[in-house]
Amino acid sequence: MSVRIFVPRDASARSLGADRVAAAIQAEARARAIDVEIVRNGSRGLMWLEPLVEVVTSAGRVAYGPVTAADVPALFDAGLPAGGPHPLRVGDIEDHPYFAKQERLCFARVGITDPVSVADYEAHGGLRGLRRALEMGSADIVAAIAGSGLRGRGGAAFPTGIKWKTVLDTPSTQKYVVCNADEGDSGTFSDRMIMEGDPLVLVEGMLIAGLATGATQGYIYLRSEYPDAERALLEAIAAARKHGILGDDVLGSGRRFELEVRRGAGAYICGEETSLLESLEGKRGVVRFKPPVPAVSGLFGRPTVLNNVITFASVPIILDRGADFYRDYGMGRSRGTLPIQLTGNIRHGGLVEKAFGVTLRELLHDYGGGSASGRPIKAVQVGGPLGAYVPESQFDLPFDYEAFAAVGAMVGHGGIVVFDDTANMARLARYAMEFCAIESCGKCTPCRIGSTRGVEVMDRIIAGTDRAGQADLLRELCDTMLHGSLCALGGMTPFPVQSALKHFPEDFGLPRSALAAAA
Amino acid sequence: MPEDLNVLIDAAIDRHKSVPGGLLPLLHDIQDRVGYVPETAVPAIAAALNLSRAEVHGVISFYHHFRSNPAGRHVVQVCRAEACQSVGAEDTLESLREALGIDLHQTTKDGAFTLEPIYCLGNCACGPSVMIDGELRGRVAAGAVSALLSEVGGRP
Repeated sequence: MSVRIFVPRDASARSLGADRVAAAIQAEARARAIDVEIVRNGSRGLMWLEPLVEVVTSAGRVAYGPVTAADVPALFDAGLPAGGPHPLRVGDIEDHPYFAKQERLCFARVGITDPVSVADYEAHGGLRGLRRALEMGSADIVAAIAGSGLRGRGGAAFPTGIKWKTVLDTPSTQKYVVCNADEGDSGTFSDRMIMEGDPLVLVEGMLIAGLATGATQGYIYLRSEYPDAERALLEAIAAARKHGILGDDVLGSGRRFELEVRRGAGAYICGEETSLLESLEGKRGVVRFKPPVPAVSGLFGRPTVLNNVITFASVPIILDRGADFYRDYGMGRSRGTLPIQLTGNIRHGGLVEKAFGVTLRELLHDYGGGSASGRPIKAVQVGGPLGAYVPESQFDLPFDYEAFAAVGAMVGHGGIVVFDDTANMARLARYAMEFCAIESCGKCTPCRIGSTRGVEVMDRIIAGTDRAGQADLLRELCDTMLHGSLCALGGMTPFPVQSALKHFPEDFGLPRSALAAAA
Repeated sequence: MPEDLNVLIDAAIDRHKSVPGGLLPLLHDIQDRVGYVPETAVPAIAAALNLSRAEVHGVISFYHHFRSNPAGRHVVQVCRAEACQSVGAEDTLESLREALGIDLHQTTKDGAFTLEPIYCLGNCACGPSVMIDGELRGRVAAGAVSALLSEVGGRP
């Protein structure tokens, strides 16, 4: 009997040496004449423990981490194949408090299975949603999605059921399913973890979208910065095709669905849905006017279901367990769970999937363990580079789309970037404008010109030239971008800038009192 | 353009010319094989895809990923996004500038290294992140830069 050992193929684990660890385990086992089978799994999401090695023992899975290649001989000396004691031994990862308190619906299999094995996928609940969907009519699938309360996880939080119904109700000889895998927001990697750790759940979710709307061709628009995800997706799609999941006769149903991965080319704006469609059509990623919405006229002018990776990956479990099961998680109008990413200057960074309603403070302290530097947390940015900076006074905010919106913040794609008290918020405000200038598609003036003017104004503020006057100018400029831009890039870049100015005026060289008087 | 480059580009065009929205896959195919998209390839691409040269040039220049000139033997991409900034990415970038003697978007005189910014590699809990020749590296603090460069390119 060979010993089964899991070493993640996840890009983060690999960036910290997982390949070297896997090679060292292989070599050490051979030298000791121990028969091992190394499985390259997804990451469990406890990033400070990566590379996390798990061994299957008679008493269950035993984890060790963070493991370096140099640790491997000592780990074998300590009896790693049988789960022996060692300072790096973590034990059963599912008993770890960081993991045990999570509610993993979307991430149910990530880190547990071989990501590209259809047999493993099925043994852990995969394909049940698809089989259920194949027995249902399109309208019933759409009704189940609508009933679950699922909203777009890419950031805009639009009700998925309404989007799918629009595509279903729009007659066309050809419809498409497009997955937005252009996860460009800093502080987010949940899409990447799904694509590397359980890519078949994305395939299944997109397939169900096809059945629900009558679309027969799917595209995954994947950012070029994710070569590991591309490899995993291509392997998973090939395996799905081989097992008759994709192709002309989906699981023997006579239904057809094909899926192709298309690589982006380093443009942040292509995460905006209409720009993404332009890019998929082989053009510059310039934003389109809406309406028409993509659900009516999307890819090549056809009705198109366009959702984020996490949205699609949440679909199979809804079909499998029912709309009520999913809807029972969450609060208010934010139903189900959200994979949250704890990133930046945080001690225990990683992925935490929780039902909506968990507070920032719980996430930052109970899960995150405070800042990595040990210094006080000054602010967090939630929802990517277009999200507001949230100060400590608002850390009791629950994760809920409406609660965040009420204070001018956004949940977005669930990324939290932590900054300690050494962060300079004026510099970060300048960066927000600079990033917008670099990534603007150039179609509308407020974004194209406003962002460049914004950098100039910030430079004057940082240099100490007419600070009060320039701050007024900055507020006016933000107002113009907010109300005059065509899409969220120009329209939301003001959020980090305004929130930094509002909560941290001293970093701009402005007195707190004067600012309060002006506001 | 050299004969073999011509052949290579024509073969890439053949693979993608009838693919719906095939221009990006075609440009990736060329860049993956040649290392960049030669400007001399633009007329052939335009003709095969029934586009104007301006349209093809417009697509190549729109995307940060595509390059019209060869890069150095090693491409070092430093993440400049917020999560990496929060753990010292600006210091990492400064170390790279000093060690290589070049600024962003430049290539060393000996053609060994090209230094580029990148905006998020999805490694945000393990920053600062750097991608070297397509390989992701995590926790690259400023002090780790010289060891990394010598590992990759035999440089101090």
